[in-house]
Amino acid sequence: MSESVIEKQAGAAYPAPAVEELSMQKTINRALADALRADPKVLVLGEDVGQLGGVFRVTADLQAEFGADRVFDTPLAESGILGMSVGLAMAGYHPIPEVQFDGFAYPAVNQIIAQIGRLNYRSRGKLPMPITLRVPSFGGLRAPEMHTESLEALFAHVPGLKVVSPANPHQAYHLMRLAATMPDPVMFLEPKPRYWQKEAVDLAEPGMLDGARIAREGKHVTLVAYGAMVARCLQVAELAAEDGIQVEVVDLRWIKPLDIATLAGSVAKTKRAIVVHEAPLTAGMGGEIAAQLTQACFDLLKAPVERVTGFDVPYPSGDLEDEYVPNVDRILFGIQRVLEYRRG
Amino acid sequence: MSIAPRHERTTTAPTLEVPAAELTVEQQRELYRLLAAVRHLDVSAIAWQRQGIIPGYAPGRGQEAAQVGSAFALERGSDFVFPTYREVGVARAWGVDMVAYMSTHKATWHGGLYDPAASRFAPIQAVVGGSVLHAVGWAHGQTLDGRKADGTLNAAISYFGDGASSQGDVHEAMNFAAIFKAPVIFFVQNNGWAISVPTERQVAGGSVSARALGYGMATVQVDGNDVEAVYAATKAARAYAAAGHGPVLIEAMTYRRGPHSTSDDPGRYRSLEDERTDGGQDPVDRYAEALRTAGVADDEFFAQALAEAQAEENAIREGVAAMDPRPGTEMFDFVFQEPTGALRAQANHWREESEHV
Ligand SMILES: Cc1ncc(C[n+]2csc(CCOP(=O)(O)OP(=O)(O)O)c2C)c(N)n1
Repeated sequence: MSESVIEKQAGAAYPAPAVEELSMQKTINRALADALRADPKVLVLGEDVGQLGGVFRVTADLQAEFGADRVFDTPLAESGILGMSVGLAMAGYHPIPEVQFDGFAYPAVNQIIAQIGRLNYRSRGKLPMPITLRVPSFGGLRAPEMHTESLEALFAHVPGLKVVSPANPHQAYHLMRLAATMPDPVMFLEPKPRYWQKEAVDLAEPGMLDGARIAREGKHVTLVAYGAMVARCLQVAELAAEDGIQVEVVDLRWIKPLDIATLAGSVAKTKRAIVVHEAPLTAGMGGEIAAQLTQACFDLLKAPVERVTGFDVPYPSGDLEDEYVPNVDRILFGIQRVLEYRRG
Repeated sequence: MSIAPRHERTTTAPTLEVPAAELTVEQQRELYRLLAAVRHLDVSAIAWQRQGIIPGYAPGRGQEAAQVGSAFALERGSDFVFPTYREVGVARAWGVDMVAYMSTHKATWHGGLYDPAASRFAPIQAVVGGSVLHAVGWAHGQTLDGRKADGTLNAAISYFGDGASSQGDVHEAMNFAAIFKAPVIFFVQNNGWAISVPTERQVAGGSVSARALGYGMATVQVDGNDVEAVYAATKAARAYAAAGHGPVLIEAMTYRRGPHSTSDDPGRYRSLEDERTDGGQDPVDRYAEALRTAGVADDEFFAQALAEAQAEENAIREGVAAMDPRPGTEMFDFVFQEPTGALRAQANHWREESEHV
């Protein structure tokens, strides 16, 4: 419920603000509960999502409140979970399936790409696929193999899918509420390493949820990031500010569709851009963003669009993770490269 | 040391009682008319391909009884059919617009141009085993919706082949369906071949129904060349599933005569002699004979059924031949319910570069 404008104008006391300190894990849980409450067709399903509340407890207590018909455990089979979700969507439901960890989306690739991504098309719009696939994503937890993947470019490349990744608890709540009402399939990439960080969340006021968001204003260089890397870029911006470099951080949020207008707007101001992501460099989102920014801002750019990313190697085990995931130093080097770039 | 089982588990699958088909004379005649229409259309479609009317086709010859018999036993307006790419007989018996159905073979629109929501016949599926799980999900949706006034559920039927039964998705589907007691019929057309690979090189454990037993599912193997037997099995399976007892697997033992598709060369993996002996009696001829013996149909009836089939095929062929390519804008129109700005931009770009003034 939004605050009443009339009350404000009448000078009456403001109602208590709806701002709370919450973790992302908690706000997604709230968003799911509110989505289940708002729409009887919303279902939550997956491995261990019921009584346990999911291995990250993102679905905690939902089964107790909404019953085992609406929040249910499935057998351990990702293709099964996603394929079943397709049929449920055809039957008029809005399934919110979970794959327990990013790497376990791989066994369901046919259902995600060939079925979920194409059924609206195949059926000429008669069989919409309102499915919100929750994927605990990205690294930083020193987890076992396949528990740490960065799948955004894979999903973004697939026609028919929309891809979003919230960077903070506020975004997570509102983007999930939005996704749960969208008639198209949304790959909802939850940054695992950010699950437990508490931040101020305004549950009542979503703000703009379309496209990208300027997470911090600056004028010397634009850092483009999404998901877990937004917090790291904000940290880099703090450090750079000590040296007098004002970094603008753009939180992409929607990886597909890509909000190139907001990015170009930022680059028009800063003239320099660096894309930061955990996924491998080759054919990653960085390449796409660099190409589109070059096209939109070729004359304005004072340096080629830089990329600070993971490497073309499988996501390494915990001990090497800090070498792989863009760290503060590597991002600072990237900033230095674009600031010092001279045309040959 | 021994490990005590947590529960006493029974592994015996329920049995499905299949009473004999009780068909009226008019229903029997209708079944034959369907078989004749499907046979004529199917054989003609191969000719259309040779004549260049359509680029390719997946013939169903030999499977007419399995397809028509099963579809005839379902309930229109309540059940939902999940086909693959060879269900011409199911589509016809289910009342799908056949020009719209054939459009997929004309390469006009993947999935076909019929309305899958209104016809309750899912889009044609090219991925082997791809839609079996969808049937389970849809069927579970019926369970969640609750029983109808008559105390039953709507049922889903999923058609797939013995080759498809090797896919992991089919096993996940059977397990899910049995766990959720979903009202779904798995209808296997075991036509002996998956392109060039015979069933014995495809299905371990003897048969697909033997595997389904392992999922605790009611199963029935039926002579897929006997249209009334297939009808009876499907009718019983439907009643069982709709009553909320859970899934049923029907394995219809049949034989795909001729090639797998119009680009296949069956001479490389079997001989015509094999085809004659392995195929058994032709299912359409067989039913004609049965009806004649029972005094249900005579020469005049058969001549008329053939004439109707020819007229129908004519009309479908003309419809298919007259079908124009879809406007290019449709390439973009159906990707999303809510198209993205980026996609609109691509559509505009395409329009500018392709629609010359
Ligand atoms: C996932 C997948 N793999 C391979 C193919 C290529 N292919 C098309 S039909 C077919 C054989 C299918 O055999 P079966 O399931 O027995 O059905 P039938 O064609 O005999 O009716 C194959 C291998 C496909 N369409 N989908």
